[in-house]
Amino acid sequence: MASTPTREVARRVFAREFNDASYTFKESDDDRAPVYVLLPTGQRANRVFLVGTLTETEDVGEDSEYWQGRVVDPNGDTFFMYAGQYQPDAASMLRELEPPAYVAVVGKPRTYETDEGEVNVSIRPESISEVDEATRDRWVVETAERTLDRVKRYKEADMEDPATDEYIAMADEEYEQLSIENYRQSVVGALESLQDEQAEASAD
Amino acid sequence: MTESDLRTHATEIHEQFSDQLEIDVDDVVERLDTLVNDYQVPISEARRSVVNTYLDEAGMDRDQLGGGDGGGNEQVNVADVDAPEEWVDVRATVVELWDPRADAVAQVGLLGDETGTIKFTKWSKSDLPSLEEGKSYALRNVVTDEYQGRFSVKLNRTTTIEELDEEIEVGDDSVEAEGALVDIQSGSGLIKRCPEDDCTRVLQNGRCSEHGEVEGKFDLRIKGVLDDGEEVTEVIFDEEATEELTGIALEEAKEMAMDALDTTVVADEMRQKILGRYYRVRGPTFGRYLLADEQERLTGAVDADEILIKARSI
Repeated sequence: MASTPTREVARRVFAREFNDASYTFKESDDDRAPVYVLLPTGQRANRVFLVGTLTETEDVGEDSEYWQGRVVDPNGDTFFMYAGQYQPDAASMLRELEPPAYVAVVGKPRTYETDEGEVNVSIRPESISEVDEATRDRWVVETAERTLDRVKRYKEADMEDPATDEYIAMADEEYEQLSIENYRQSVVGALESLQDEQAEASAD
Repeated sequence: MTESDLRTHATEIHEQFSDQLEIDVDDVVERLDTLVNDYQVPISEARRSVVNTYLDEAGMDRDQLGGGDGGGNEQVNVADVDAPEEWVDVRATVVELWDPRADAVAQVGLLGDETGTIKFTKWSKSDLPSLEEGKSYALRNVVTDEYQGRFSVKLNRTTTIEELDEEIEVGDDSVEAEGALVDIQSGSGLIKRCPEDDCTRVLQNGRCSEHGEVEGKFDLRIKGVLDDGEEVTEVIFDEEATEELTGIALEEAKEMAMDALDTTVVADEMRQKILGRYYRVRGPTFGRYLLADEQERLTGAVDADEILIKARSI
């Protein structure tokens, strides 16, 4: 049977973990092979889906329009996204949207190294759409669940065992400086903040 | 194929003829061995060939065969059919009969058992009795087929049809998918289809790949991608489902396109209404697509407590 290339899943990740995902790799030497960032909890990501609060948009381009968008998650951590002439739909959304607004973003992780040698992780959006609070809340819970599953798998893994998931082993090797505990805390923080919001809303 | 495998098949064939013919299992093995190992014929074909030889010798018809298993096929559930050109037996109910589009086809329709449904075709030249809608049958010696990822069974000259006293219940083969709508693919929104009878192909630049340049008929559809963070499901929403999903009806979509002198405005508008939202859809699968019969937007409150407790405990 003819095989169609399978579409990459959009991973769910909070901004803190996403911004730590500075290690990229390919699975083959093919020029067109997809590029993955390695999430510190041990999963590869070629696409992400996120919903958060758009807090700021700015045209940072010099010759042509190049829009930066800042989207904040419930922990107050920020996703950065950049859309230019090759992402016309996303660029025009960033041009037109008035912050603050809840937005849903589908996009590809991108990394670049600064002059200081630090690696910044951002998103090249495929689509941006304005959504409601219920959608944001659902994303927060879903992302908490997915992240927690990854944290759990990571913690239970035996790094000495050659049968351990290759991406968990890779994360263990590439992110020695990072503590997996941070991402468990983002899960707790995000859910607590959601509960606080819901409690306030019902008290009003 | 090993000697012992061949012997198993040979023994089965031998049993089928035990009442009618004096045959030697070794003789059957030898015939099978020649076909399978010398002529590289698949074992199912080799069995047919050997069985036919003995049928001729005995002056019998295939349906007089003993053993009750019509030649030793595997009896399969329709949902388990996953390869073409396999000889199988099914027990199923005729769910629907469709109008045959060609003279070569005597009957065409849908068979169903507990596991789901599958298309069947019965050829005119096979000269088989008619199947009736709603009745259950044991169909022996049918051949599986595949077209664009969809499986069917074909009844043929050697197929035996036995009406059953019991009624085979037909199960639901629809699947459910849930997730965020992360993409709307090209070919969505306001589209034109070929107006020719029995042709519903979507036109590309006013052309049908079969009938050339035609005056197309407008239709609405969305080819969307649902993604739950673990897997993706491609979903097709037809006109009715698209209207329910987006609130845009066909007439309105045509007006939008007319005002803008551009049909792509419709898909753009739909994107803004549904992209990034969560949905649950249900329906049968067609190739790699799920055809949405039912859909619902997931907006209800989500419970964070359980995950929070888990997160605090590890």
